[in-house]
Amino acid sequence: MLDMALPLIMDALANAALIFFVAVGLTLVFSVQRILNVAHGSFYSIGAYIAASMGLWLISAGLNPWLSFPALLLSAALVAMVLGPLVERTLIRWTYGRHEAIQILVTFGLFLILEDLQRLVFGVRSIYQDTPMALLGVTEIGGIFYLNYQLLLIVLALAVLFGMRFLIKHTRLGRLLVAVVADREVSLAMGINTDRAFVLAFTLGVFLAALGGALATPTTGVAPGLGAETMVLAFAVAAIGGLGQIEGAAVASIIVAGAKVLAVYYAPAFDTVAPFLVMLAVLLVRPNGLFGTATTRKI
Amino acid sequence: MKIIYALFAAAFAALAIVPFAAPWLQFVLTIAIAKGFAAVGVALLLRAGLISIGHAMFYAAGAYTAAFIVLWSGISDLFVLLIASTLVTAAIGALVGAYLVRYRAIFFAMLNLAVSMVFFALLSKLYGITGGTDGLRVPVPTVLGTTLTKAGFDIVLFYVALALMAIIAGLGVQFLKSPLGHAVGAIHTNEVRLEYLGVSAWSVLLIAYTISAALAGLGGAIAAVSIGHVLPEYAYWTESGHLVLTAVLGGIGGVAGPFIGSIFLEIVHTVAVGVAHNAWNLIMGATLLLVIFFLPQGLYGLVTKSADKTSSAKLGENKS
Repeated sequence: MLDMALPLIMDALANAALIFFVAVGLTLVFSVQRILNVAHGSFYSIGAYIAASMGLWLISAGLNPWLSFPALLLSAALVAMVLGPLVERTLIRWTYGRHEAIQILVTFGLFLILEDLQRLVFGVRSIYQDTPMALLGVTEIGGIFYLNYQLLLIVLALAVLFGMRFLIKHTRLGRLLVAVVADREVSLAMGINTDRAFVLAFTLGVFLAALGGALATPTTGVAPGLGAETMVLAFAVAAIGGLGQIEGAAVASIIVAGAKVLAVYYAPAFDTVAPFLVMLAVLLVRPNGLFGTATTRKI
Repeated sequence: MKIIYALFAAAFAALAIVPFAAPWLQFVLTIAIAKGFAAVGVALLLRAGLISIGHAMFYAAGAYTAAFIVLWSGISDLFVLLIASTLVTAAIGALVGAYLVRYRAIFFAMLNLAVSMVFFALLSKLYGITGGTDGLRVPVPTVLGTTLTKAGFDIVLFYVALALMAIIAGLGVQFLKSPLGHAVGAIHTNEVRLEYLGVSAWSVLLIAYTISAALAGLGGAIAAVSIGHVLPEYAYWTESGHLVLTAVLGGIGGVAGPFIGSIFLEIVHTVAVGVAHNAWNLIMGATLLLVIFFLPQGLYGLVTKSADKTSSAKLGENKS
């Protein structure tokens, strides 16, 4: 029984890891900025495009293929550093404290712009670049081969989860963020630079989305429409876990990925429905998500 | 207000001569009016302060209902199709709405999104029933027992859509003036006060949600018979986003706003496709941002601003 279930579990966990990167960024931005960023999925696909292009360039330039690992990280950091502050300062800042409809529409406008910019820059063909996955090879356990890259994804997701926990609970920046989330006005009165906190939180959110995209390229490749697809999935995960809940997002990614993998094995027609059915079921019983509080003012 | 009616009459007359004056616009306008119906539905919910990123589901439901009726029962009269699709979509809307109108703000938006994505996934996966991602072909319907050529049918459909638009606009104006119409707006302004007046917010919203679903279904059915093909993409979440965009671009202040937005967008789209095919979404996104920043009452606000200063609602006015 176990040797049958183990590949399923590995598959689900690796999937969960990829979803987690995006969802945790979405949930972080929501908890700090109180904004549901519809353009979040675009940061994921931009990260994926940059990583894939960088990987292809590395190979064609004849450099050491192992450099493609730092390239994945670098491309995510690049996307975050360029787009994060730019988008926060110009668009997102304007929507603070406004009606949800406006916030959703402004970020939807941004989503449309970013989608077409990707088409214009990277073209409409899909790009596939799996050097990092090929380099790591496979491990054999009990006669079944596992992709080492999947293991790496799971380890990285855990690192992000604990890193975020450490950041928020044990660093100065984290405490500043918690203070801003709890009460923006009082934080401002106490001399906290809330503008800076918002830029940092948003940039971190963009980085996590782009990192998810970059790490996903070796397994799935990247094609137009990826951003829109990822967006709704991240949405479902963040909502199931409770918007603003980092640990909630982790548990929800595992639930959603598990549901997806089970669906793929037992009812392939329903693999895309599964995450949303779970989301509906959870939200109808607990509108604030599994770990959400009534106010969702947590981080 | 007199000037506005004169303007509308002139615009309506201009639209009515389109099949003769500019035949290439006829199909574009039919689709624009179809999407306009869905956008009016979205605008109605926006008046209550609720944003639905899932209304394309009802648009698709209307379209698929029309396709199913033709393919399964063989009944293919245009009016039967339109009425039946609207009623079926209204029923789906009432059913879904009964659960969803309990939620507000972001939760309402997200649940609509989730339901619509389930619907989208089912449309693309249940190959045996819905034709999967290939969709279904819809044969040219008959009109009151008369079999028409595709070209003849398209002209009839255009005028039917135009007449329906006038009827819906007239009914919509009356609805917004009615106690129920005011109650919808009052949910946005202050829901608690509404409940203190003895009005059930749940019932008001359920009625509004059902009407908005029915309107989207009507639009979907018109699109289905006009295009002759229905696809799961009709229900995708970006389509829902476009419907909200259309409503806000046109303005949610009156019934005319979403139609103005829809016609404006479709015409610009048709013109822009040749010039900048890959940048179309970019243009639209930028336009949306400009409208939100500088024209909070939408394009319709331009009309009312010059004619009448009192009767328009702004998107996302501060809650009092």
